[in-house]
Amino acid sequence: MSNKPISGPHVAATRRVDQIMRLVIIALAPATACGVLLFGWPALYLLAVTVLSAMAFEGLCLKMKGVAAMPYLRDGSAIVTGLLVAMTLPPWAPWWIGVVGSALAIVLGKHVYGGLGQNLFNPAMLARVALLISFPIEMTTWANVSPLLTGPGVIDSLAITFGGLENPDAVTGATTLGWVKTEFSQNRLLPGSLIEYSGLLAFLGWERGSLGETSSVLLLAGGIWLMRQGVIKWHIPVSLLLSIFVMSAVFHTWDSQHYMGPWVHLNSGAVMLVAFFIATDYVTSPNTPLGQVIFGAGCGLLIFVIRSWGGYPEGTGFAILLMNAVTPLIDHYIRPRIYGRYRNGKPLDISNT
Amino acid sequence: MFALFENPRLRGGIHAEEHKSETSPLSIATDFPLPKKLYIPVQQHVGKPAEPVVKVGEKVLKGQLLAYSQGTISAPVHAPTSGVIADVKDFPAPHPSALPIRTVVIESDGKEQWAELIVPEDPFQLEPEEICQRVGAAGVVGLGGAVFPSAVKLSLGRKNKIHTLLINAGECEPYLTCDDRLMQERAEQIVAGIRLMLRGMDAPKALVGIEDNKPEAFAAMQAASQSFANIVVAQVPTRYPMGWDRQMLRYLTGQEIPADGRATDIGVVVHNVATAFAVYQAICLGQPLISRVVTVSGAAVAKPRNVEVPIGTLMSEVLAFCGLEKSKMARLVMGGPMMGDALPIAEVPVVKACNGILALSAADIDEPAVQPCIRCSSCVTACPVGLLPLEMASRIKANQLDSAVDLGLKDCISCGSCSYVCPSNIPLVHYFKFASGELVKRQQAEHKSEQTKRLIEDRNERMERARLEAEAEALRAQEARAARLAAAQQAQQAPAEETV
Repeated sequence: MSNKPISGPHVAATRRVDQIMRLVIIALAPATACGVLLFGWPALYLLAVTVLSAMAFEGLCLKMKGVAAMPYLRDGSAIVTGLLVAMTLPPWAPWWIGVVGSALAIVLGKHVYGGLGQNLFNPAMLARVALLISFPIEMTTWANVSPLLTGPGVIDSLAITFGGLENPDAVTGATTLGWVKTEFSQNRLLPGSLIEYSGLLAFLGWERGSLGETSSVLLLAGGIWLMRQGVIKWHIPVSLLLSIFVMSAVFHTWDSQHYMGPWVHLNSGAVMLVAFFIATDYVTSPNTPLGQVIFGAGCGLLIFVIRSWGGYPEGTGFAILLMNAVTPLIDHYIRPRIYGRYRNGKPLDISNT
Repeated sequence: MFALFENPRLRGGIHAEEHKSETSPLSIATDFPLPKKLYIPVQQHVGKPAEPVVKVGEKVLKGQLLAYSQGTISAPVHAPTSGVIADVKDFPAPHPSALPIRTVVIESDGKEQWAELIVPEDPFQLEPEEICQRVGAAGVVGLGGAVFPSAVKLSLGRKNKIHTLLINAGECEPYLTCDDRLMQERAEQIVAGIRLMLRGMDAPKALVGIEDNKPEAFAAMQAASQSFANIVVAQVPTRYPMGWDRQMLRYLTGQEIPADGRATDIGVVVHNVATAFAVYQAICLGQPLISRVVTVSGAAVAKPRNVEVPIGTLMSEVLAFCGLEKSKMARLVMGGPMMGDALPIAEVPVVKACNGILALSAADIDEPAVQPCIRCSSCVTACPVGLLPLEMASRIKANQLDSAVDLGLKDCISCGSCSYVCPSNIPLVHYFKFASGELVKRQQAEHKSEQTKRLIEDRNERMERARLEAEAEALRAQEARAARLAAAQQAQQAPAEETV
């Protein structure tokens, strides 16, 4: 019997950090697998390089910090970060994009701030935005859908990931959002530019896009499963998706030539991934339910604003980083009401109770 | 709008593994063998310790007064059995420190000879003052764990206009089933106790709140209170900490007690269900509080069950009665596993506050290493008070205690829900208790330095006054001397002039 004085509780719930991370990985698995199936071996190689380098950078940082790396590597947070970085990359991006992305996410996005739980910005989004600004060509070269079995073979794919694409124009194209933006610049307006767009294929994931972002249905399923597991709460995903829906519905109804409808918005780019897996990042989102609703709605709003009026076709990364920056402010002002007190902290008046 | 995000009547809380089924089906064991020696601390309540009235070597009868109550907030203690006073000495207390406190030691004679008990003819005809007085004299204190003298609460209830007596029968702590069994087996007596309390406070109605994981107790209490329209038995959801009186009150009545107030401020008095039984014993049987039902459980106990034991029995003896496997015991806890105290030794007496003795095994208290906070805000969701445990802990870690107080540290009830759910196993409650202790220490230091400052200032003032007085005195003396000199000179000159 230990005599160390310890206050209660003397029992504890059994869900630990590593279990939470494992559940997140499981929830991300279907969408990731779908990405690999749709974009073939190069996607798998990029995924492996990114995740492995994320773990390597994690281990390196922990070693420099002077702590035992194993317990932290085992908690799985580096794998989740690496996985999320990989999922946001163009599937046929060269290997060094994955490595640099992991380095940005783990070193600059996480350990510079003090490691797990200390970062201000979501590491994966930080990496994505930094890569997009630094390497715009590589980050916007979108491979056509070329499934695992019919696309380039195991060896050819090695050349794509580690040697680079030889004739990109033949096997790549634009994403829906990018296409629409380019068409606008050519003064071609909406219903026409989306003539080949299939809402169903976009929902299922059969379209050009980032490695793990195309399949809305699988991301949605993973997110809902994660909610049912109690890992994430409904507040952020629902408010985020709802605000995009409302904004796009209003503007689309008002001017359908210049504004895409809600279905296109919700099924394009990173919205589903961000709503369930990025915006819900514990560390960089507010603590209170109301704060989370404000955060989610803010993300949705910014995504719509950047997509509709900004210079980039996709705005999820910027929207998340901006709202991450606002999180401390939200947490400062939005606090739960304490029992027996008004929201401003004053005790309740007896006459009012 | 906020109602969208939180049930205004029920906030936070957790659902822990109950571990109640081990003991709840078994009847209360009343065959606990009388121990040879009983150790009765004179302080088993909130307030001033009682003052012993017995001498070493004196013969006492069961129920005889051992130590009398001192001051308004205090409670007497009585002999749990007949025997001889063996000693009045300092003995380890059932407290995490196990520091010794003043304890009366009785060597039992095995005769269980009762002192003369005063039993009223019709207890329900007693004057309210009389009820309060008798409850106080019987040493009845709040048996839910707070051990506040019940008579004080009853009188307080009489002075303030009370509309509801809330009987807290939540028993939300895991493992504990002593109130559950008490209600199943002695519901009639409990209801009699509630009626006496109502009379003692001139209160119109009583509300009994029972968690819905105790259907048998609920049924028993409902049957027992059927003929009394002013006693309502209600079920409340099973969610720790439902037994936090303010939580139960809010759930049942929608009323919230102001942060700086008491339940009486809004016309409510809260008593524990076991206290109601003790009140029944005190009034109807004339018996003081000398025994209580204790849940003995935990994986290191072979025969977990509820036992009625005399106050002052060593916990080690109670554990032995229930088949303790010593090698399996990793932690001994008095009370429930959420808010109970870990005790360093088992050779401490059972006191009035002790509702559970838990011998937990290493598997029960599985304690993985503490990991960094990932700000998952599970603790915010779990907090029944509406605090931000993660923020408070990070401030305390940085030694910013004032900032933690601003966040509501003083409103924390130490229920442990936050620590329970924390996936990083951060001992949040430990931080809060530490900070509260530091604040008290700081307050004391401030008080002391203020006192010192005042004393120094007083002294300086005194010295200054003395100096000024001395100076004035010197001046006066000088003037007097000068005057005398002048007078002498004048006197010298005058005769001279005369002689000229």
